Amino acid sequence: MRRFAELPAWARWALYAALGVLLLTIVQGFDDTNRLTAASSSQAMLRWGMPILLAGLGGLFAERAGIVNIGLEGMMILGTWFGAWGALNYGAWAGLLLGIAGGALGGLIHAIATISFGVDHVISGVAVNILAPGATRFLSSEIFTGYDGGSITQSPRVPGVGHITVPVLASGPDLLGDVMRADVFFFSDVAGLTRGLATQLSLVTLIALLLVPFTAWLLWRTRFGLRLRVCGERPEAGESQGINVYRYKYVAVVISGGFAGLAGAFIVSPELSGIYLEGQTTGRGFIGLAALILGNWRPSGILIGALLFGYPFGVGLRDLDGAASHSLLLVNAIALVGVAVWAHRRGQRTSTILAVVLSGLAAMWYLVAEEVPDWWTDILPYVIVLVVLVFFTQRLRPPAAAGRPYRKGEA
Amino acid sequence: MAPAIELRGITKRFPGVIANEAVDLTVAEGEIHAICGENGAGKSTLMKILYGMQAADEGSMTVFGKEVHFASPNDAIDAGIGMVHQHFMLADQLTVLENVILGAEPMRSGGRIDFAAAKQHLVKVSEAYGLDVAPDELIEALEVGERQRVEIIKVLYRGARILILDEPTAVLVPQEVDELFRNLRELKEGGATILFIDHKLDEVLEIADTITVLRQGRSIATVKPADVTASDLAELMVGSELPTPETTESTVTDVVALAITGVTVTDEEDRTLVNDVSLRVHRGEVVGIAGVEGNGQSELVDAIVGTRAVASGTIFLLGDDVTRAPVRHRRELGLGYVPQDRQEEGMLLPAPLWENAMLGHQTRAPFAKGPWVDRAGARARTEEIRRSFDVRTPNVDVAAHALSGGNQQKLIVGREMTAGPTVFVAAHPTRGIDVGAQAAVWDAIRDARRLGLATLLISADLDELIGLSDTIVVMIRGKIVATLDPHDVTPRSLGSYMTGAAFESGATP
Amino acid sequence: MNVALGRRIMWATAAPLAALLFAVAMSSIVLVISGSDPLAAYGDMIAHARKLETMIDILNRATPLYIAGVAVAIAFRMNLFNIGVEGQYLLAALVAAHVGGLISLPAALHVAVILLVAMSVGAAYSGLAGVLKVTRGINEVISTIMLNAIAISGLGAWLVREWQASGSIEPGSATRVGTTPIDESGLIGDLNGVLEVFTRDIKQGKSLTGVLVLALLVGVGYHVLVNRTRFGFDLRASGINPFAARAGGVPPKRMIVTAMVLSGAVAGLVGVAEVMNVGFFPSNPIRGLGFIGIAVALLGRNNPLGIGVAALIFAFLDVSSGVLQFTGAASREIVVIMQGVIILAAVVAYEVTRRAREREEARSAAAALAGSPA
Repeated sequence: MRRFAELPAWARWALYAALGVLLLTIVQGFDDTNRLTAASSSQAMLRWGMPILLAGLGGLFAERAGIVNIGLEGMMILGTWFGAWGALNYGAWAGLLLGIAGGALGGLIHAIATISFGVDHVISGVAVNILAPGATRFLSSEIFTGYDGGSITQSPRVPGVGHITVPVLASGPDLLGDVMRADVFFFSDVAGLTRGLATQLSLVTLIALLLVPFTAWLLWRTRFGLRLRVCGERPEAGESQGINVYRYKYVAVVISGGFAGLAGAFIVSPELSGIYLEGQTTGRGFIGLAALILGNWRPSGILIGALLFGYPFGVGLRDLDGAASHSLLLVNAIALVGVAVWAHRRGQRTSTILAVVLSGLAAMWYLVAEEVPDWWTDILPYVIVLVVLVFFTQRLRPPAAAGRPYRKGEA
Repeated sequence: MAPAIELRGITKRFPGVIANEAVDLTVAEGEIHAICGENGAGKSTLMKILYGMQAADEGSMTVFGKEVHFASPNDAIDAGIGMVHQHFMLADQLTVLENVILGAEPMRSGGRIDFAAAKQHLVKVSEAYGLDVAPDELIEALEVGERQRVEIIKVLYRGARILILDEPTAVLVPQEVDELFRNLRELKEGGATILFIDHKLDEVLEIADTITVLRQGRSIATVKPADVTASDLAELMVGSELPTPETTESTVTDVVALAITGVTVTDEEDRTLVNDVSLRVHRGEVVGIAGVEGNGQSELVDAIVGTRAVASGTIFLLGDDVTRAPVRHRRELGLGYVPQDRQEEGMLLPAPLWENAMLGHQTRAPFAKGPWVDRAGARARTEEIRRSFDVRTPNVDVAAHALSGGNQQKLIVGREMTAGPTVFVAAHPTRGIDVGAQAAVWDAIRDARRLGLATLLISADLDELIGLSDTIVVMIRGKIVATLDPHDVTPRSLGSYMTGAAFESGATP
Repeated sequence: MNVALGRRIMWATAAPLAALLFAVAMSSIVLVISGSDPLAAYGDMIAHARKLETMIDILNRATPLYIAGVAVAIAFRMNLFNIGVEGQYLLAALVAAHVGGLISLPAALHVAVILLVAMSVGAAYSGLAGVLKVTRGINEVISTIMLNAIAISGLGAWLVREWQASGSIEPGSATRVGTTPIDESGLIGDLNGVLEVFTRDIKQGKSLTGVLVLALLVGVGYHVLVNRTRFGFDLRASGINPFAARAGGVPPKRMIVTAMVLSGAVAGLVGVAEVMNVGFFPSNPIRGLGFIGIAVALLGRNNPLGIGVAALIFAFLDVSSGVLQFTGAASREIVVIMQGVIILAAVVAYEVTRRAREREEARSAAAALAGSPA
């Protein structure tokens, strides 16, 4: 066990991922479905994970600077509207930029309220979440109703940016495709999933993924990052060293809004919806916050959380007969057994019992029912978020000063 | 040679208070200059002005002969001034290196920090002054003395020639103070000018070359240590003689009011915080607990009050087993409690005084009638506390945050004392309050002791502990390691028990 | 004393008034930019609101908003954010309507059972978030939002289909679909009779909801509980400073769960207004009351009277803006912007006045003592 912990982070995650695929492969062997490891599933996981990832990274910037950002959802909504409007008028790339700008505007409002006026962070965030849908609804009534195919609640179809397919692996020689078609247990599944990730990879997705290492570099390797993190841990320490804490907090919250805005623009892009639709964010800003918590306020952790939470969205969407969701029940049951073992080794009795009970319920349902109803598919992502938080919240450590009001000169 | 610092007519006003009034101060280059004054005399405000954290309303500042106007600490740092704050300005989750370089990060291209160069520089500074630290350690893993060293290195790293230290000894035991003073003398040798804030007079007389006394925001006098005695200084500070805590003859009875047997407290990760502590407090007795902060005293208090569960052992209040009883039950049995941080644990700052006076006693008369709050009764009781404990307030409806710290503390002590306690747990009851309020709190404890109150006193003020206690126990790493008679100890010898030095040198515990 | 009272009223009203004016100003700017005449739009809205029938609509809308505001406020008083009122009220109303439609009882009892079921469901669902917070450390904002999604799109959607009465309730009406209708004995009657004593006859088939009385009772109960009882003191103390409250004998975990349960119980009554008006739980119920309830509680500063005023303001904006569709003076969506700006401006204004007030109190406390012996 100790030797495992000494492995570099990427190797450990690769092992976890392989274990996950193995689990999915075995399970779908029981059921007559291949949707769990189909290339389309990994693509769906990736695409549905990206808005959550971007929202989570947005939350990371704000909370690392000490500002809790419940307003991510609202900023994401602004991102959807401005993203759609920008893409319709000035092209797909401009749509992304305007989505970012829309979210950043929401971030600026949150920053003014919390930093300059000292409003409670959650209250301000809630206010942004109330303002944003109001603003977009008004804007739609003024603008989208004038478009062909647009109305007060939706826009016409939105263009997207291009895709790339990774050469050699998934095109040309298509090595992964060969392995996939060879139909070897497990290896073909890995190849299928990986090929899904490498085929027709949207440039936005690529950008979103690249933002993970970029964020890590920015926050942990640069002067900007160090100073920003101090604002979230002990702003007075920054102030006493001559750092303009307000400025860093402002920049962080505006960036945070920009990330949420990009998440919104991603949602309206053809990658997911291809259209602006009122209410289409469905709480994913908050799920981004959950990914932030689960990821222990680290970029790589947020990515894991986002993929984990994105997967059921992705699978559920194309699972009209509920067969894949049915298989997922067994996956859930087995994963919960893993959680139970993990909790037991740490001596957490309640967690162990809880995990065993939940696992038993999932397994029982799997055995009793042939398929699961559509409403279960709809709520599965939210249930997974809750269950994951139930088991993993307590051992985490948020930035020490997150949520705390800060006034200059009161040190 | 121009003086290192020259302040002329510095005045700073806050709403309702004048913190500094026409303060003059001259600090020669290369000296250790102490600023003395009791709490609220305006020392910290003056230092914040000097460090650019607050702007003076009036007056002029000269540093090394040049007139300066500081808009932020940056300007002060540029002028060669560095500050070691009383509450360390360190981020616990960051490494020593990250904390030290903050604000003066050596850079590589593309906005990256040059961590290698930073570490090199840090090691150089720490070796030059004999200040030993591990650059990659997280701050949260360090002890108080080490953290203070990091603070000093931080200032030196930025090339400060003038160091301001705000009450640096407040958090240290006497032996750590010796170490600090050695470091300061070394710094002085290296040409640094040191401005040293303190109100412990023996320390000031030991280390300072020059002493300036502040009183009620004004600079009263500047003297040389050779020319004054401690009591001269005390008179300058308060305008009269400094009161000392001194109990009269013993009133200890043989009725056990608080009995703690084999109490062990652990944290979530199963680390032992309080280790098998047994303790008896009789009626009419004050038992003092001495210990360096973080050695289990506050966890023991939490266990007695009931805000923290015990892993094993028993706690009896006047014969009732309350080991597993909720806080409210213990309070109803007559447990009075003054928490160590009054704003954190003792007050509802935005609430009116009469509601603050209820807190902890809200289930009983005169605060409650059945399930209802008795507003009239609560107000009347608060008026009573205000009168007998001299809480200075226009009326009992103002919010608690409008009161000064000393008056807040008097309100807390008053509410606990008027509720007729049988056992009184007081954690640092006089920390951070002015001399007048301090004397009032001591009087209250002495009076109650005479009437048969059993008191458990936790304090970092060793004079207070020795002066008020009938028995002193010393805690190290959660264990009681010594039980002492206050008549037999001095602050210095008590300090050596607290650090464990007394045991190493062969003294019998 | 009168001066002090005047001061208090000034402090209490200055901020919301400033927020309202700011919101009106911002909305006017938006309207001018979008090419409408703000004065004409506001004039139309006010003229419309002066009609008795519109007033009834406003009161009917304000009634559930007020209850939702109180539900949010109870949690707020303990520094808890019950974002889950939305899910709680929809689930509670659904179950209560279903149960109410299944049973038949004497009038008062029937109503009581429906209310009790609604409160219990709301309390249980909200209490779940409280339990998750104290046992597993999950922030209630996240958990209530997840529970909303589960209640509304999952559980609720499923139950609505399961419990839907066969066919439409009134033949040929597509909108009249929902749970089995509740007998007359289970419904709270309207207040038209009472109202008409003071006014002219009510036209257009409008009726003033009797749930208004229930809302007023909730408000009074909230005031008494929070401001006059020991429990209320414990609740507020925990909200102001949980550590001090704990040292003062208030068990923090139990208070969190209790506050969430109480908040959820009141939230359970929000949807009852609609159920009582239409006689069953419609397949497409009024949504969003829980979210606006948060806004109402914020604007009303958790004060029972303030929440009432806030609920009326929001109801006025919602209802009277309907006339803009006909007069064409502006897009009626301007009011959603106005509501958002009001909230943001209000929370900022409250913080600014809170600080100003703290400064003034410190100054007056110091001034009152100046001259007294040191």
